[in-house]
Amino acid sequence: MNIVNFTPIESLLGGLIIGLAVAILYLMRGNYTGISGIYYNVISVNKSGFLWRFLFISGLIIGPVLLSFFPYTDLGFEMPNTNPIIVILGGLLVGYGTQLGSGCTSGHGVCGIGRLSIRSIVGTCVFVGAGVVTVLITRSLGWVVL
Amino acid sequence: MMKNIFIPLTSGIIFGIGLVIAGMTNPAKVMGFLNVFGNWDPSLMFVMGGAIVVSMPAFLFIGKKMSAPLFNKEEGFSQQLKKNIDSPLVLGSAMFGIGWALVGFCPGPAIAALTQVDGNVFMFFIAMSIGMLLKKIF
Repeated sequence: MNIVNFTPIESLLGGLIIGLAVAILYLMRGNYTGISGIYYNVISVNKSGFLWRFLFISGLIIGPVLLSFFPYTDLGFEMPNTNPIIVILGGLLVGYGTQLGSGCTSGHGVCGIGRLSIRSIVGTCVFVGAGVVTVLITRSLGWVVL
Repeated sequence: MMKNIFIPLTSGIIFGIGLVIAGMTNPAKVMGFLNVFGNWDPSLMFVMGGAIVVSMPAFLFIGKKMSAPLFNKEEGFSQQLKKNIDSPLVLGSAMFGIGWALVGFCPGPAIAALTQVDGNVFMFFIAMSIGMLLKKIF
């Protein structure tokens, strides 16, 4: 193991900001910021609670646009694997998997662990574990260089 | 107005800004975090840690002292639907983890990174949306 590209300050700051967004939605409106669930209800046009979910998801796009007008440490953008088959397969797995497992990094990882939910702690360990094994395999196969 | 427009929009904007500042919208950084046995980038632990440090007191202390959310007395706090550990949780999370590691995007950052105006991000975003809707059918 080699530690590389480590950005503890930016990442901690970003994490605290994410936590603030989670606290605002929960304490002021009572909802968990599980993005896969919120986004699913928007695209499946669930009429009950459509507006607030749609605006939350819009905010995820408006936020980065607003940020681009201010100075900040840009941690860059690079996709190590742009093979269209992998990109599409990855997207399908993320979409289907988050619905089957009822949560993603925000729902299980931040909200669930924040509430000390055993179910979410298990879910998070499984997706991080599966991710670590997958990267080990794709790197060994030479699909990605990391 | 507060409940359905201002609060969700503000929360979404702050969340999106946090994702970019944290480096979550950079797939190379996310894959670097999952590359524990190679060149490891531990930054993502700090993202999750920072988010939990703020959200945990909100869930477990402040929320517990409030009878209802500030601007949503009608519906109250969301109650967790499932508590049990079942096979859909494990299988779904495993599928999610594999897809996350193949490309480096989870749902939130995939949406926030649409601002990169990049064809590959768009392709992932569409495939992810289709994957979600497929779950409704199968």
